[in-house]
Amino acid sequence: MFNGLIDRIQHVGAATIHSFRRLGRGSVFLLEVIASCTSLFTRPRLLVKQLYSVGVQTLIIIIVAGLFVGMVMALQSYYALIDYGAEDSVGVMVALSLMRELGPVITALLFAGRAGSALTAEIGLMKATEQLSGMEMMAVNPMQRIVAPRFMAGVISMPLLATIFSAVGVIGAYLVAVELLGLDSGPFWSQPQNKVDLYLDLYNGIIKSVVFGVVATWIAVFEGYDCIPTSEGLGQATTRTVVHSSLAILFLDFVLTSLMFTK
Amino acid sequence: MTSRKIEILVGLFVAAAIAAFFMLAMQVSNMSSYGGGEKYELKARFDNIGGLKIRSPVSAGGVTIGRVTDIQYNSETYEAVVSMAIDEQYNKFPLDTAASILTSGLLGEQFVGFEPGAEEEFLKQGDIIDLTQSALVLEQIIGQFLYSKADEGAE
Repeated sequence: MFNGLIDRIQHVGAATIHSFRRLGRGSVFLLEVIASCTSLFTRPRLLVKQLYSVGVQTLIIIIVAGLFVGMVMALQSYYALIDYGAEDSVGVMVALSLMRELGPVITALLFAGRAGSALTAEIGLMKATEQLSGMEMMAVNPMQRIVAPRFMAGVISMPLLATIFSAVGVIGAYLVAVELLGLDSGPFWSQPQNKVDLYLDLYNGIIKSVVFGVVATWIAVFEGYDCIPTSEGLGQATTRTVVHSSLAILFLDFVLTSLMFTK
Repeated sequence: MTSRKIEILVGLFVAAAIAAFFMLAMQVSNMSSYGGGEKYELKARFDNIGGLKIRSPVSAGGVTIGRVTDIQYNSETYEAVVSMAIDEQYNKFPLDTAASILTSGLLGEQFVGFEPGAEEEFLKQGDIIDLTQSALVLEQIIGQFLYSKADEGAE
């Protein structure tokens, strides 16, 4: 019985050491990636190609999701606000929630699922099939050639995607509130213009999405680069990418919100 | 896919994001009120500013002409000093213009309302508005009302 207890304690200790070791490796990896990003100035082609597969191919899901999130927000806030005769505030409510929270967060979650998992699988498979070691043999630095363009593409794409998400969401809300529910389009646009602040709301939302982009892409490329090079290890790494980046995004969103919007 | 096609699509993606940003900035946020060009500053002293906040609108005749930029408390005169940035195009307010703190609707936001006076000279940069009316604090009004009702009952 006593031995069983010690075994359990050892288990906890091993898990802790393991996760700290991964965190440390991940941090060193992030620094290496950032240092390798300078090579992109000489080879912008690599970046453009990754912007296509990370950014452009994620665009469809972002637009569709943004449209429906905006429409649902408009419907729900309409039903809640009409009791107080405040249904004119639907526009400002949707615009504020989209720019401050939902735009960056939902975009980042979708981005982690759509682009992050693909990055992990791609890099992990390259590792499993020894393409990365092959590159090293040919004196091509895989950090510069493979990881840096993907990382940079993710960091650039996230704020662009989040901005498109918010804009499409507002258009979706307009369609429901004005075209479907028959609100006046005057207050729908004028109330946000009075209430939504360019710096406080729009810029902070973009800062948020850049942070989420760094974190989600970092986790994705690290999990791929660090995975156990078997089919099982690759599957686990892809799952971890989605789970860890989603949790990190939600946690960071709380931290950033409390830093930005509490005065 | 050829690299030309990829580059075109990435270009469209970036252009769409920039368009989305401008749509949000112009249509949905208050950027238009930043771009208003020149402004001049006026100050006003109030006994009680109620729920007035920095960035609350300043309006005359219902038109927004500026914003509150700063609120300080002067502990020598025991008054709140409200600084306002007014658009330069509205620089013809007479010296005896009155500023009062009003509420939009029953429970709405508070804002500073200007009521132009009749003087020949105009307010300029840095001037202080003397004629002010404090915010109506709903609790005080209800209190006064109840008090006067109680008085009536006693008579």
